[in-house]
Amino acid sequence: MSASVGFGFVAACTLLSALFVVRSQQLIRAALWLGVTLLATAALYAMLDASFLAGVQVLLYVGGVSVLMVFGVMMTRRHEGIVVEAETVNVPRGVFAAGAVFGVVAGAIQMTPGLEAPLPTPPVVTIQDLGRGLVIDHVLAFEVVSFLLLIAVIGAIVIARRRDPGEAPIGFMPRRKVPAGSQEVSP
Amino acid sequence: MTLSHCLLLATALFSVGIYGLLTRRQVVAILLSVELMANAANLVFVTFSRFKGGAQGQIFALFSLALTVAEVAVGLALVILLYRTHGDTRVDLASEMKS
Repeated sequence: MSASVGFGFVAACTLLSALFVVRSQQLIRAALWLGVTLLATAALYAMLDASFLAGVQVLLYVGGVSVLMVFGVMMTRRHEGIVVEAETVNVPRGVFAAGAVFGVVAGAIQMTPGLEAPLPTPPVVTIQDLGRGLVIDHVLAFEVVSFLLLIAVIGAIVIARRRDPGEAPIGFMPRRKVPAGSQEVSP
Repeated sequence: MTLSHCLLLATALFSVGIYGLLTRRQVVAILLSVELMANAANLVFVTFSRFKGGAQGQIFALFSLALTVAEVAVGLALVILLYRTHGDTRVDLASEMKS
């Protein structure tokens, strides 16, 4: 009983913070709410007996990705001290698409038999199982993922690198298309 | 806490992500929404790993985590490039292939 109460609480936290992520009017708050969502998901992983994944989620996501997102918000500002607004457009379209996806998938879940069984007690997945699976059974995928991470890091550096003044910039466009209504504030 | 509860929660998270993806205009906000959706997918992997037994689901979730981190790194690099070339990070500014 207490487990279901805990699940309800964590699920409510996850959904509410996810709603704040997509509804916040300030971009930096949305990025911080994402950290809350990821933390609540880590709690869900712990409730699902995936303690290693919960730890990885906290280290990699809450500690890594959300900080990266905050950097992304902070590094794309021209002036300091400006509240970055996150505009929301086409709300009816978004509500319709999200509701349609949720309706179809939730209906399919409700119609599928055999999903109401309570939590079984399978053999607990230990960290040894995960390690063996990673470096013995799925070693090819493991190597491919590590190579992909390397490529992604190199690609990110190449894309975001500040180019030398004499160097022909790739995809350079002069700053002439700052539209009216952007958050620019004249000093 | 049954299997359908967990799946419904993941579906709701995914739908919230879709909503954000369609209604936001800032690239960073769109990346946040994509994070939400990837998070929902990971939750489904872990859920099935717990309810069906075996470590396969968790291993797949680990791979998925690594892929998402790579995606975020490249995405933020693109955001910075967009800011440097356009002075703003709205997606509809990047609608031409040539300057």
